[in-house]
Order: sequence, then C-alpha cells, then structure tokens
Amino acid sequence: MLINILFYLFSATLITASLGVVLARNSVHSAMFLVLAFFTSSGLWLLLGAEFLAIVLVLVYVGAVMVLFLFVVMMLDVNVAQMREGFTRYAPLGALIALIVIAEICYVVWHPSLKLDMLGLTSDVAASASNTRSLGLVLYTKYAYPFQLAAVLLLLAIVAAITLTMRQRPNLKKQDISAQVAVRKGDRLRVVQVASEKRP
Amino acid sequence: MNLVGFYASLDPWVQTALLKTLEILGVLLVVVFSVAFMTLAERKVIGWIQGRMGPNRVTLIGIPFTEGWGQPIADVVKLLFKEIVLPANADRVLFLLAPMIALVPAFATWAVVPFSPAFVLADIDAGLLYVLALTSLGVYGIILAGWATNSKYALLGALRSAAQIVAYEIAMGFALVGVLMVAGSLNLSDIVRSQSGAFGWNVIWLAPLAVIYFISGIAETNRAPFDVAEGESEIVAGFHVEYSGATFATLFALPEYANMILIAVLTSVMFFGGWLSPFDGYLPATSFLAQPSFVWLLGKIVFFLFCFLWFRATFPRYRYDQIMRLGWKVFIPLTLIWIFVEGLMVYWHVGPWRH
Amino acid sequence: MNAVRNLTKTLLLGELLQGLGLTFKYMLKPKTTVRYPEEKTPQSYRYRGLHALRRYPNGEERCIACKLCEAVCPALAITIESDVSADGTRRTTRYDIDLFKCIYCGFCEEACPVDAIVETRIHEYHMENPGENIMTKDKLLAVGERFETMISADKAADAAYR
Repeated sequence: MLINILFYLFSATLITASLGVVLARNSVHSAMFLVLAFFTSSGLWLLLGAEFLAIVLVLVYVGAVMVLFLFVVMMLDVNVAQMREGFTRYAPLGALIALIVIAEICYVVWHPSLKLDMLGLTSDVAASASNTRSLGLVLYTKYAYPFQLAAVLLLLAIVAAITLTMRQRPNLKKQDISAQVAVRKGDRLRVVQVASEKRP
Repeated sequence: MNLVGFYASLDPWVQTALLKTLEILGVLLVVVFSVAFMTLAERKVIGWIQGRMGPNRVTLIGIPFTEGWGQPIADVVKLLFKEIVLPANADRVLFLLAPMIALVPAFATWAVVPFSPAFVLADIDAGLLYVLALTSLGVYGIILAGWATNSKYALLGALRSAAQIVAYEIAMGFALVGVLMVAGSLNLSDIVRSQSGAFGWNVIWLAPLAVIYFISGIAETNRAPFDVAEGESEIVAGFHVEYSGATFATLFALPEYANMILIAVLTSVMFFGGWLSPFDGYLPATSFLAQPSFVWLLGKIVFFLFCFLWFRATFPRYRYDQIMRLGWKVFIPLTLIWIFVEGLMVYWHVGPWRH
Repeated sequence: MNAVRNLTKTLLLGELLQGLGLTFKYMLKPKTTVRYPEEKTPQSYRYRGLHALRRYPNGEERCIACKLCEAVCPALAITIESDVSADGTRRTTRYDIDLFKCIYCGFCEEACPVDAIVETRIHEYHMENPGENIMTKDKLLAVGERFETMISADKAADAAYR
C-alpha cells in the first residue's frame, strides 16, 4: 500500500521533472530538473530494493556529473530565441525518435516472451539482505574479466583526457607550486651579522 | 497513563512510525542545538587562543556564571527577525531554494550515524555509500546560491567551492575505501564493531588515511584554512554575499556547522572506534571503562570539533591553486599508495588481518 | 638527502603541529580582557574627554571671551560670540563646541589663560538626536558645575608639571 503510494509519487515527480528538463527556458533550471529526475528515479530503484544502484546513481550522477554540468551551464549565456529557430524543422524527426523509444519500452514491458514480472523481481531482491555484497561477488567472479576490461577502458579515457590538458606552451608564465611549497626558511632568509660601529 | 494506554492500543506499524518520527525529531533537535552552541564554542575557543575571552555578555536567563552562554540564542533571534533582501536581478526561486537544498543533505546524513551500540536511526547496509552520496550533494546549495544571486563575487565563490568539494571528495572516498577494506562492510555499525579489541582502531593501521580524511573533511566543509569559497579578503563573502537574516542562517550557518559536526562524527566512527571505549581490549572486558557507549563517541566528537576551531585559529588561509594541488596531487596519490600498502598488509596478514 | 628530510617533515606535518602547539599554549594563558562596564582601566588625570566650562568658587564664569581657544582649535569646532554683560565685563553670549568636529586634542584647554574651558575625564556619553552634538554654553557650564570636584582635583594633581 505505502509502496504503491510512494511509487506513484515518485513516478509523477519523475515525469514532471523530465518534462521540466525539456521545457524549462533557463538552462540552469533544466539542469536542476534533471537532478530532481535522477533523485526520483533513484527513489524508484530504492523501492525495487536496489539500494546500491540507487545510491550510486545519486553519488555519481547527482554528486559529480551534474555538478560539472551546472558548472558549464552556469557560465553560459544561452540565447533561447536563437535555439528555438530550428524547432519546427526538427520537430518531426524528434517526434519519430520519441515514438520509437515509446514503442520499445512498451514492447519490453508488455511482450509476454520477455516475462518481465516487476512484482516477482521486488520480492526476490528484498529477501536477500545486501545487494552490495551480491553485486560485488558477481562482479569479481563471474564478470571479473569484463569488469577489469571496463576499468582499463575508463583508465585509458582518464589518461587521454589528462594528456589533452597537458599541452606545454613555450613562454607560458606559470607558478610552480611544488617549488613554492618546498621553500624552507634557509632559502629565503639570511641572517647577517653586521659589525656595530664603535662608540666615539 | 492515558497516553501509555493510547500508545499500546495503536497498530504496531503506527507505533514504529511514531517512534521513528520521535527519534528523528530528537536527533534533529540535538543537531540544531549543537550547531547553535558550536558557534559559541567557536568564538570562545578562537577568543582564548587570541588572548581574549570571547562572548561574555548574554547570560542564560540570568543564571550566574553563564556569561556568554545565551549568545547563540540571541544570535538566532536576531537572524530570524532580520529582513531577507532579494537582489534585483536574482533568480527568485533558486535564491530562496538554495538554502533549503543546502540544509537537506546536512541533516539527512545523520540518519545512518551509529550513536551507540543500540541507537541508529537507519541501520542500512549501504550506509557508507549513503554518507558519500549525501555529502556530495552539499555542493548544490552553494553552487545555486552563488548562481542565483547574480553577482560576480558570489559566482566566483560558488565555482571555487564546487571545484574544491569535488576534488576533496575523491580523496575522502579513497580514504574510506581503506576503511572498507578493513571492515569488509558498508554498514557503519559494522565498521565500528570491526575496530574492537586492542590496537583495533583504524587510525593505528590507517593513520595517513585518517589524517587525509579529516583534512579533506575540513576542505569539504569549506572551513579555514580552506575557506577560499568565502574569502572575505578577495571575494567579499563568496556565495553568501547577498544572503541575510534567516536565509543566511539556513544557507551558511546551519549546514556548515552541521557538516562540521558530521565530519567529526564520521572521523570518529571510521577511524577512532566510534562508540567503542578507548580502553577496550586493554582493560578486562568486564571493566566499567571498557564498555562501549555514546559517551565515548561524544568525547571523540568534541575533540575533533575542537580541532576544527583550533585549526581555524592557527593556520592562515591556503591559496586557491595550492588547495587544488594538495587535493589532486598530494592527497589522492597518498591515499592510493596507502591502499596499496593495505593490500600488502592483507597479503602478509599483518595489522587488522593478523587473525 | 635534504629533499628527503624536507619531504618527511612535510608528510609528518611537523611545522603544522608546531604551530598548533603554540596556539594551544596561548589558549591556556590568562586573558588580559577588561570586562568593561564592570572593570575599567585606570585613567590618567590628563585624560581628554567631554568638555566643560568652569566657574570661580563665587559662581562667576571664568571665561572672558578672549577667543584664544577658538583661534587655536585645529578642527574649527568652537564658535564664540561675545558682548558686554550687565556688570560691564566681557562675557560670551554664545560658546558652542561641535563634538563631531572636535578631535579632543586639548589645545583649547592649553590656550585658555583662565582655566575656563577644560576637558574632563568623562568619556561615556552619547547623543540620541541630531543637534545634540553641539555643546552649548549652558550645557558646558552644567557639566562644569556637576564635575567641579573632579576637575579641580585633576588640575591640582597636574599643577606640579605645568
């Protein structure tokens, strides 16, 4: 009963927030709507008993990705009128894509051959105590190889991204913080003993 | 008597809900009061270090020898009755929403804190992840406040704070990975229990991680010496320039101090044995001093909160690029190195893995 | 070798702990704060506070409207108008000091040949309405009458050094 109420509450908020993402005129507002959408979908996952995924969604998407999104969006001065110019031209294409996605979701949800029974899923997961543990067990045994592969791929992406920023420009004036921090008293300060003048 | 009978006549489900609500209210009240008196403690301690007395005027309803103790109440009353000024070109909705967004994660994290062996609001399995997820949300209040104010200083403060929090969160996360390796659980109560016995505290084997965690915690809460987000000498007051009255109190004072207390609690829980007694494993287990209780946790919290104030009174503010260097180039490699060292400890069965 | 030593020193937070030790020591030191309304710092009898105009013991005004104080005042805070009084002596009809302009230098007191204008030790005073910053002759004389014992005691103590 309570779970049903919560489900409809979260779903309604999720749909409203998703609409807000698309319809908000201000880009920061739509980013915030996206944050709300992530939150509510994480709430939905919690209802399904997938607490690990729910929290990781908040941690990764809301805590890190959206912060960077906001970072960029905050500093943009987006001209909404200019962006709307091509709206009518691209509207049919957008509608087509939306229809395809909706058709796919309907197929997945209702097609009998896939046997996607939501209720069975919830009770099954809720019975097992910690899905963090079970996820970890599966990831490091059955899927160890793909998991390591994904990790290496991510590492590669990080290295690539960092190398892109490591462009050395000649004649670029910049501070070497490590050298600045490593300075000791002796490097900068010299105590000089000056012979005092004799009294007349 | 009547009340007890009424409670007993209720549905067990309603009873639990009622009890939990009362518990949550109790914890929240305690946190808010601690925040209020934390501001007093801050001014007192910094005053003492600077050879002053700190606030010593407002008494608690005229009780002698409580000079200064009424200061937080006077401050709260003042802040609540001050006018809230809305800047002309500010984003009204987000400007007023930002303080509330800042407040929510600062309070919600308390749900998983193990206060004593018996008392946790929500003893969930993914407690540590929950803590990490919620502390990473604290940045939203600051970013939105900075952006919605429509002031260059506020935006600069918000950007600084956001970059800093994102950077130090990684170091914090890695430090907690070390704790995870010892405890083998994400449940905070289990993490505390894993530290029992002589030489059981994580700080003994994970000392570098403990130091890094606490320093990152200071950076994460935007406290001195990492308070460039405010940087009153450069960018006036950063993200909260235009906030006044109640919005100032809820945007700045409450979350900042609640987060400080939270970092103190988490440091005690992760590295200093939480509610475990410091004599546990050294004195016989039947001894009065070796019993786990909330008092030990309280003592640890007070010590770490004092450290916050102590650091603020001692260290000058970091330069911004040095903060970023410390986070990315010092702390993250150090934590990674120590996690590797821990791996070796697991392999050779030393430290927490000796059994 | 030096670099290694510096690195270990940095990693062990040596200098930071040293600083923390220092501040902790200062925290335990006795405080020098004076709790003002209850405790007050000792005051010199030469303290230059609120102004007063004095009278002779027989009630006669000391001020002879020589306007030396008006001339010497560096802040132009004093305004004096004079006339012949009923008994044929030269007296001020107006003697105003603007306390907002006054810099409390004490030159008026030094310039006065008859010790009429003095600066008392009173420093705890305030204004609540615009215009109260102007000390008129009546107000100055009232201050002088009220604190005559203090003023004459201060003058007597300082006499040896003049």
